[in-house]
Parts: sequence; structure tokens; C-alpha cells
Amino acid sequence: MKAVDALGEAEIEIEVTINGRTVRRRVKARQHLADFLRQELELTGTHLGCEHGVCGACTVLIDGRTARGCLTLAAQVSGRTVETIEGLAESGRLEELQREFIARNAAQCGFCSSGMLLTAYELVARGRKPSRAEIRQYLSGNMCRCTGYHAIVDAVEAVAARQAEGERP
Amino acid sequence: MSADAPVAGAIGARVPRLELRRLLSGNGRYIDDVKLPRMLHACFVRSPHPHARIVSIDTQAARQAPGVAAVFTAADINPRCEPFVGVALHRPGHRSPPQSLLAGERALWQGQPVAMIVAESRAEAEDAAELVAIDWQPLPTVGDQLQAIAPGAALVHPELGDNVAFDFALKKGDADQAFAEADLVIEEELRFERQMATTLEPRGLIADFNPGDGSLTVIHAHQSPFQMQHVFSRHLGIPEHKVRVVAPDIGGGFGMKLNIYGDEIATAVASMILGRPVKFCADRLESFVSDAQARDHRIRCRIAVKRSGEITAMEMDDLGAVGAYGMPLRFNVAEGMMAISLMGAPYDFEHYRARTRSVYVNKNLIGMYRGVGMPLACVAAELLTDLAASELGIDTVAFKRRNYRRPESLPCVTPGGQKLESVSFHACLDQLVRLIDYPALRREQAALRERGIYRGLGIATFCEQTAYGPPYYGPSGAAISTQDGCTLRLDPSGAVRCVTSLTDQGQGTLTGVAQIVADAVGVPLEQVSVIGGDSAISPYGGGAWASRGTAIGGEAAWRAGRMLKRNILALASAITQTPAEALDIVGGEVTNARTGQAVISLADVGRIGYFRQDTLPPDFDVQLSVSASFVANDRMYYMANGVQASYVEVDCETGFIKLLGQWAVDDCGRVVNPLLVDEQVRGGIVQGIGAVLYEECIYSEDANLLNGTMADYLVPMADEMPDIVVAHVETPEPSTALGAKGIGEAGLIGAMGAVWVAVNDALKPFGVRILHQPFTPERVLDALARGRAAGR
Repeated sequence: MKAVDALGEAEIEIEVTINGRTVRRRVKARQHLADFLRQELELTGTHLGCEHGVCGACTVLIDGRTARGCLTLAAQVSGRTVETIEGLAESGRLEELQREFIARNAAQCGFCSSGMLLTAYELVARGRKPSRAEIRQYLSGNMCRCTGYHAIVDAVEAVAARQAEGERP
Repeated sequence: MSADAPVAGAIGARVPRLELRRLLSGNGRYIDDVKLPRMLHACFVRSPHPHARIVSIDTQAARQAPGVAAVFTAADINPRCEPFVGVALHRPGHRSPPQSLLAGERALWQGQPVAMIVAESRAEAEDAAELVAIDWQPLPTVGDQLQAIAPGAALVHPELGDNVAFDFALKKGDADQAFAEADLVIEEELRFERQMATTLEPRGLIADFNPGDGSLTVIHAHQSPFQMQHVFSRHLGIPEHKVRVVAPDIGGGFGMKLNIYGDEIATAVASMILGRPVKFCADRLESFVSDAQARDHRIRCRIAVKRSGEITAMEMDDLGAVGAYGMPLRFNVAEGMMAISLMGAPYDFEHYRARTRSVYVNKNLIGMYRGVGMPLACVAAELLTDLAASELGIDTVAFKRRNYRRPESLPCVTPGGQKLESVSFHACLDQLVRLIDYPALRREQAALRERGIYRGLGIATFCEQTAYGPPYYGPSGAAISTQDGCTLRLDPSGAVRCVTSLTDQGQGTLTGVAQIVADAVGVPLEQVSVIGGDSAISPYGGGAWASRGTAIGGEAAWRAGRMLKRNILALASAITQTPAEALDIVGGEVTNARTGQAVISLADVGRIGYFRQDTLPPDFDVQLSVSASFVANDRMYYMANGVQASYVEVDCETGFIKLLGQWAVDDCGRVVNPLLVDEQVRGGIVQGIGAVLYEECIYSEDANLLNGTMADYLVPMADEMPDIVVAHVETPEPSTALGAKGIGEAGLIGAMGAVWVAVNDALKPFGVRILHQPFTPERVLDALARGRAAGR
């Protein structure tokens, strides 16, 4: 018996913009983006809940759109732009959502929060005022096991309403 | 309540959680985020069979795989750990054979760890795990509780002679006569399928044995570091003072991260053998086959009622499948025991008979999960009372008001043995009826039925045993402390540091403790910092389970705060030459107690207390660090209570159930932080809704798990959940200064009861009942088809 299946052991050179910085690395073909962020770059704010594309904990932005870090190979993001919770938080772009999440206790253990915030960010960035049902639908790919979702919907609703009214964050 | 009770300040305020800014910026530090120097990674080879003999294991190829440091089997690991016996000594007749960390001769459930790979990376460990060759000889399985008690059943533990782990009955009054004389008897068999806590973060730990001094430090995503300090010490033979267990940020617990797991203890053994830190973080597929599971009961229950609406008797016969062993220290007979002892607790009836049996099956162990057996009791009693009211033509609210225990009858002991002292069933129901506009909802329901739209309204009353005390765990033989403690230190800056024995998996308990400390000492909340979850640095304690943190650890914090305040005032008195009785601490300053004028800042008190003792009288004893512990020696629990309502619509074409509204009125005693309590209640409610509508570990008849991925095991997502209204009645716990009871499980308990009743209410026009949880569309349609077949 072979010691190890060579599948996925091949290394690939990638160049990717992560949170505004250019990163050049050799990655294993089989390494997914979330593992790359967490293990190679120590960006541990991106969490892994299922590695199956279901729970949404590993949500990141790729070229500005939400994507599952566990269903994307690191090799696939070469030449693209990746933003994580760390980058968005440090840039201040999440400030208003963070403030509403904190004020309404829209997080408990915090494990889903990175993904939840990024998905909410994508929604409110559209600049339209969504209904509560639309917010719930938009967040339905992000599992939260602690809260009742109610406070999360409240927080997103408040930020989206303000943004739709043209207030600056 | 004592005279030294809190007045409104930080306590009772809607204070945001202190940790949230950090957690919401990606700066949390969960177990899998932590790296230690020279750290290795473990993964486990698990049994693919529910029951099989291990003929041989060949680890040769795995040992030679890239990055592999070691491959261990039972022969390497088990002799280094004293086996666990999951028997509760306070439950006579309870039996469970000793269990070892890795399966040796036989594997008893699918997912039981058999071999352990330790490698430089998790990926390399997983690669090598695939190279372990095991020769299995499958054995006959016990697939569920009915198989377990069938004549000639296969045996999970042949040495026990049968599959019964525990068989217990209780009796009060003369149930036979009451049922014989009843005007109405309703009897049903309820089925609760297996489910899981499904924390978003899987289990994990880093065990770091230091061969230099023989110490073991474990960073452990666990709800009780003290429990684990004891376990690692006793079972691995390390002196207790050389074991330190520290909880990092934890991605949800819900009781599941309270149990004892062979793979976790084996990780510590591996670190001891290798002399290096070893990390084990389960992936989701492992979680499905190795996290302790919950429920899995068949419950036959009956109620006897007079035409007048008076309940005269209840009966419950529970048959629970607890998996392959008793859960060490955390006793999986508890679900059945809680179910039978809480059955009908809100209602005034005299005659009761109950039995619970726990049986072994070839499945993963049942362990602690939010609510334990309390939701089962709530469902059974609320369904039977609602059905009885309907059959008698009595409105369900009127029926409850007639039968609830009245305030003037308290304190009392229920037929199930529950002591009720400060419960508020009537007040909670009155508030709920107003909150939901009950008559209007009933009118809407009736009007829509005329149009073929089937809505149901369910109201569920419940008791929640919170903050279990030493009368429970003491006699059980488990070294589980129900006390909690708090150390406070005035820093030279005038700020207060708090180290509590509690842990926090997102509940916000540590923020609640900070609020209590702030008020007890007299400082602003911003001047209090709290650390929890480190078994080496705080007073000995328990941690997070049984909705106990604020009630027990909060009381300890209150006491420590009062002690520190006295000591600060004594020092301020010596500095200012003013009698201590004439001083107070308000807003972080020592003030004149009469006029409120500032006398000296805490920063000045701290500066002099730490750096200028030379200015104090020679015999003055500066004590600016204090510790207090609290436990109520004689309290089994603090009983909380509440009422919930669910409003649902059943689509009779598709079988889908839609939650339209959910309301909760809860009485958890003094509410320390309504902002946190409300979302805690809502989170519990969503888990309760998930249990009734979606969640099921689906096993084949021969105990193979069929839906072991997050894509196949359904949990509630935002889209299916309703808005949830939460209100409170506050009846402070009379025996403590703080007056807090617990809140952690109330949401789940009441929601399960309310959704069960609501869905069955919607189906009443069809003359059918749905009694098999979860209420999948298939089961709803089956129930409707049964009704049609019966000509209803």
C-alpha cells in the first residue's frame, strides 16, 4: 500500500490580495481557502463549522461577494481579492453593524458572527431597505445555534434602514 | 431576601456583553485558533460498525506515513487511564460496566474511537488514519429501546444479563382508583427521536503535559474546567495541584461540552506519552458520531380528569435508550428521572404513578443537553391537559387556571416530588394571555378554519429546575462541585479585577458577574474586568450547566463584592480618619455616606494601600484581595417557571408547518441583565422549535447513522424562525441576596411544549394527533392519512 495518496499534494503558487495586501504563497492543491487563511496566515477570525458548505461560519468576501471559505480551494483565489472579518473590521466598514449587534446582543458564542456579519454587510451594502422576511431569507445560509436570530434580524434591519435613508455609517 | 440586597444600578440594566466587540471583530480565541510550540495534531479511527469484534488492527502503514509521530491503540492508551464507571450512586440499581478510552476487544457504537493518530498536522493525521487496517467481525446489534427489551434480544453488555441500565418507579396516592373513577382518561404514546446539541464549534482541546515538572495543562473547550481537573488528575494519576484546565472562548456548549469523552482524555494520554502538546479538534463528521446525543424516548402517558375539569391523576411510563454506557459523572438516566419527577408539576393533582427505564443500545452515549428531561415532562403534561380541556369543551386557558397550583398553596411538594416555593404560574399565564391577545387569536383561528386554513395555538406551562445543588450531586458520588467562587482585587488604579470559577459559552454570564461586582463594590461597570474558566486561579467551583451561573456564581460575586467594599472602607477610614460607617462607595469614589460628597477616590485608596503603607497605622492590615464562595447546602435546585405560546399553521397538502408567532413569559427570579436574558430565552426557544420540527439523528434499524452531515441533519435557520416576544415576571429567589434563578433551559422546555400543543391543536378538526417528534412533513401527512382511513 502506498503511504499517501498523492492526490492534492501538488503545490501551486498563488498571488492573492487579502485584506488589501498582496500575498504570494505556495499552497497544496487540496487546501481550502479557510484552512489557508487560518493555518498559513493565522487569520483565525474565519471559522469552520462544517467544512461542508452548509453552516456559513467560514464566509469570506471574494471580489466583494460572499463565498464559502470551505468550498473554495486556496488555489482558486489566485489573482482575486479576498476579504475576511479581520480586514473588514479593521477598515471600519463593519462598524455600524458591529455596534448594532453589540447593542442588541445579536451574538452569543460568536462562532457564527464573522460569517453572519459578512453576509449582513453584503445585504445592507445594496442600499435598499429589506423587509424582516427578506433579511431572514438572506441570512438563511448562516447557522446560529445560540441566539434566536431575532436580535440579528433587528440589528440588520436597523442598519439597512439607516443606510437606505442615506445616512453615512 | 436578606437586608443586604442589591438596589437598581448595573444589576437589572440592559448592558451589552463585555466580550462582544472582541468576538465580532474576529479576535475571539477559540480552541482551534490556539497553537503551542511543538504541538502535534490528533485524529481518531472510529468504529464503522454499531457492534463488532476487533479481530486485529494493523497500524504499520499508518506509522510510516508522512508526518506521523505515533499511532496508538487501546493497548497503548487504556492502561494509562483508570476506567470510567458511569453509575449514579444515588440511583439504586443503576448499572454500567467500566469503560475505557479506546475500544479494545469490541466496539459498541458507530463512532467509538478505536485508534489514534498523532501527526505534525491534522491533514497528515487524517491521511494516516485511512491506512489503519482493522479486521472487524460484526456482531448482532441492539438498534432501539424496543429491541433492547424484546425477549432474546442481543446484549450490549453480556455480563449484565439484559440491556436494562436502570428501572425506577414512583407512586403517590392511588392512581388506579383515580383512573377508574375518572370521567375522562386520555392516554398517548409519545416518541422523541435522538437529536444533538450541534454546537457550531465542534469539541476540542490541547493537552500539554510537561515532562519537566510532571504538570498537565489542558486548554479545553469545556463547560467545567474543575470537573476536568479532577478527571485528568484522578484517572491519569497526576497530583491535582499539577493539573490546570483553562477554557478558551467556546463556540457553544448547551450541555454537550460538559460530558466526558474518551477521545479527549486519550489526547491527554498521548501528550503524556509523547511529552509534547497534542491538539484534538473534532471535525463535523466526527461530531455527528461522537458528541453525546440527547433524548431518544418512548413515553406512554395518561391523565384522569373529572367532568368539572379537575385533574385527579397522571401517569408516565418512560423508556429511554441511553446508548452503550452510562455517561460518567453526568448520568444519562437523568433525562428519564427528570421527565417523571417534573410531569405535571404546575398542576394540582393528587394521584400519580411513574416509571422510567434506561436501556442500553448500540449507539453513542446520551449525555447532557439543554433541558435534559424537563421538556419531555412539559410536552406530556401540556399535550394531555390541552386535549382533555378540548374533549370536555373547556377553554384551555380556563382549564389551566382551574388546575394550576395556587400561590396560597405554596410551598408544596408535587406528586413527582418537586418542591415549589416561589413559582408564579397564574401571574405568567395572565401576562401571556394579555400579550398574545388570546381571544383575538382564537377568533382568527376559528375564522380561518372556515376557509380551510388550519392554524393551531399552543400554550405550555413549565417548571425549570435551575442551579442544581449539593443534595443532588453529593450523593451521586460524582466529584462535581455545585459551589462557585469569586476572587476580587482592587488594583492600584482603583479598578476591580474579578476571577470567577464560572465559564461562559456565550450566555453572557461573565458580564452579569461584572454587573453584580460593580454594584456590590460601588464602582462603574467599566472599572470591572472578569476572567473565568481557569481551574488554577479562581476559587474552586463548578462552571456552566443546569442554568446555574448567575444564581450561584453571581451570589458568590455579590458576597465577594461586599467583602471588598468593607475592606476598602476600612482602609479609607484609616486614611481619612473617618469612621468606616460614615463612608460609602459610589461611582468608584469613597463618599460621605450621609451627604454623598466625594471623600477620596479609589485610585488614591489603591495607591496608598499598595505603595504608601508607611503612612498607615503600624497595625493596620491592608486586604484588598478577597474571595468568597457560595452554595446553598440544602437546596436541590432553585425552581424557575414560565409559560409560552406558539401559533402555527399546518399546510395539510404538503405537511409543512409554519411558525407564525412565539411568545414567552418567564420567571427566572431577579433578572440581572434583560438584554442577555431575552436573547438567551429566544435561543432556547429556537432549539426547542428545532427539536419538534426538524432535528433527528436518523438511524437504520441496526443502528447505522444515516444523516451524519450538517446537510442532512436539519437545524433551524433564520428563514424558518418567527419573531419571538419575551416578557418577564420577577419572583426573586427568597433564599439568596441576589434573588436570581436560572434561565438557560427555559426557552427550550417551554417551546417544545408549546409547539407540540399548537400543531396538535391545528389538527383537531381532523380528529388526529401527531405524536412522533420531529414533526416532519411525512409524519404530518401520515397522521392526516390515518385520520382519513378512520373516516374522520
